Amino acid sequence: MKTMLNVALPKGRLGEKVYAMFEKAGFECPSIKENSRKLIFENEEVGVRYFWVKPSDVAIYVERGAADVGVAGKDILLEYEPDVYELLDLDIGKCRMAVAAMENFRDDTHRTLRVATKFTNIARQYYLSKGRDIDIIHLNGSIEIAPILGLSDVIVDIVETGTTLKENQLQVFETIVPISARLIANKANYKFKEEQIEKIVAEIAAQGKA
Amino acid sequence: MNIDELSLSFGEKIVFSLSALYGRYGYSQYKMSKFEEYDLYARNKAFLISDGVITFTDTNGKLMALKPDVTLSIIKNSKDEEKTVQKVYYNENVYRTDKGNGAFKEIMQVGLECIGRIDSYSISEVILLACKSLKAISESSVLDISHSGFVSGVIDSFGIPEENKARVLKCISEKNVHELHTICSDASLSEEKINALKSLITTCGAPDEALPVIKSAFEGLAETGSLTQLSAVISALSDDSVKDMLRIDFSVVDDVNYYNGIVFKGFVEGIPTVVLSGGQYDKLMQRMNRKSGAIGFAVYLDTLERFVDTKNDYDVDCVVLYNESTDLLSLSRFINSLILQGKSVTAQWEAPDGIRYKELIEFFDGEVTEG
Repeated sequence: MKTMLNVALPKGRLGEKVYAMFEKAGFECPSIKENSRKLIFENEEVGVRYFWVKPSDVAIYVERGAADVGVAGKDILLEYEPDVYELLDLDIGKCRMAVAAMENFRDDTHRTLRVATKFTNIARQYYLSKGRDIDIIHLNGSIEIAPILGLSDVIVDIVETGTTLKENQLQVFETIVPISARLIANKANYKFKEEQIEKIVAEIAAQGKA
Repeated sequence: MNIDELSLSFGEKIVFSLSALYGRYGYSQYKMSKFEEYDLYARNKAFLISDGVITFTDTNGKLMALKPDVTLSIIKNSKDEEKTVQKVYYNENVYRTDKGNGAFKEIMQVGLECIGRIDSYSISEVILLACKSLKAISESSVLDISHSGFVSGVIDSFGIPEENKARVLKCISEKNVHELHTICSDASLSEEKINALKSLITTCGAPDEALPVIKSAFEGLAETGSLTQLSAVISALSDDSVKDMLRIDFSVVDDVNYYNGIVFKGFVEGIPTVVLSGGQYDKLMQRMNRKSGAIGFAVYLDTLERFVDTKNDYDVDCVVLYNESTDLLSLSRFINSLILQGKSVTAQWEAPDGIRYKELIEFFDGEVTEG
């Protein structure tokens, strides 16, 4: 029997794009396209098993070896710092991690900066590198309203087009880091499935160049 | 004393077999106290795998710690040896925080340390024992080897700005070619140097194939001397089956402030994390005011917990029920006779809730009725 390669895909549009790349690379699994509520799909013939998981959980599945490879946003990798290999930048799902604030915001450097964010680790490291004293306010969603309501001075969040920010009278003040989807692999499983994993890496890298 | 192998867990069997293995190579067991002065760890915090240390105040007011690591204690109690090598092994519990939830965990760790005159033979022997340790766990295992001094030497000699060195090392450890390219391009490194650095990530595999590629990628650089040492160490391995499990992989990067020479990590198919980790740590010795060299490794036994499926279908073979009319001497004889047949037995007034057994035997009035 062929060794199965377990792939964790992020649920949603990004995941569908990623699956298309894997399919083109020769790891097709037709049953995944059928409209169903199933979460696991496999194709024994080519030796691949896909499963849909919450995008922010992909890194956990891969780090703990339930998945051999997976696709996760760089934001998740920077925030949780999983011990995995980052084999490829897929150049899709592009956006940036940025500091945004009300349009009339002026940084008052003699006061602690209040930062609202979902990404506390990224925010902490960024301001630590600048030597700025901050007060982190961890929020799980609707980060944009924090500066409007005076809960925070700035926000650290993912910015794609900037439309949501604009509609809420916010604007980007600094870009922390560009974000895109990355192909990651479990370090231990990589040793035993290197050939299959490297084949995917090579095929998908070639698609990017084509 | 006879030990019934069936009653041992897989981890316990590994402890016995590794202790015997290290003993055969002349390593003596090093038994140590569970506690150590906290100061030892505070001075070498970056050497520890996790940040958290359980501390408490001793009766004389000293701040003590439950050992998060064994190596530091062994170095602290070692003497400088010029011509000989002190070879010790240990199996000890250490206390560390878990990366996932930050809670403390007790981890059983087996390992060995060589301290003194470390030459290519000593290193080769330690690598041989690391491979044999992995093989004791599973035939399907690999040992990734790298050279810390080589990797950090290359980064230094390529003139990578100080603030980017850690990022470059991180990229190498993540096999992250795309970001390595960006960092090096931003630092205005020549295309030739960038490609050489990339080859550190992309070249991995059997030593015979990988080492010549790396040597030619860094031709002319003084650091390639480290690669010659690596080749010498590998060719000194007498066991061919062990040679087959070695892979050169420069993504094995440990803290370059402590490790100066060969570093390695062991993996076993079916275990999703590093099982064995070690290397040559002369720099740590120097930080602790020792002149000797040192090399060692640890096997993380907690990783084996879910490796072998030890799920038992039954909790016990027989449940023997007795009551107030049962003659106790004949009950005792009956139970002994079952045990002599190799069965496990529990004597009870009634079968405990939820217990899984093969046979239920009623032993009332000296008579046996099977349920």
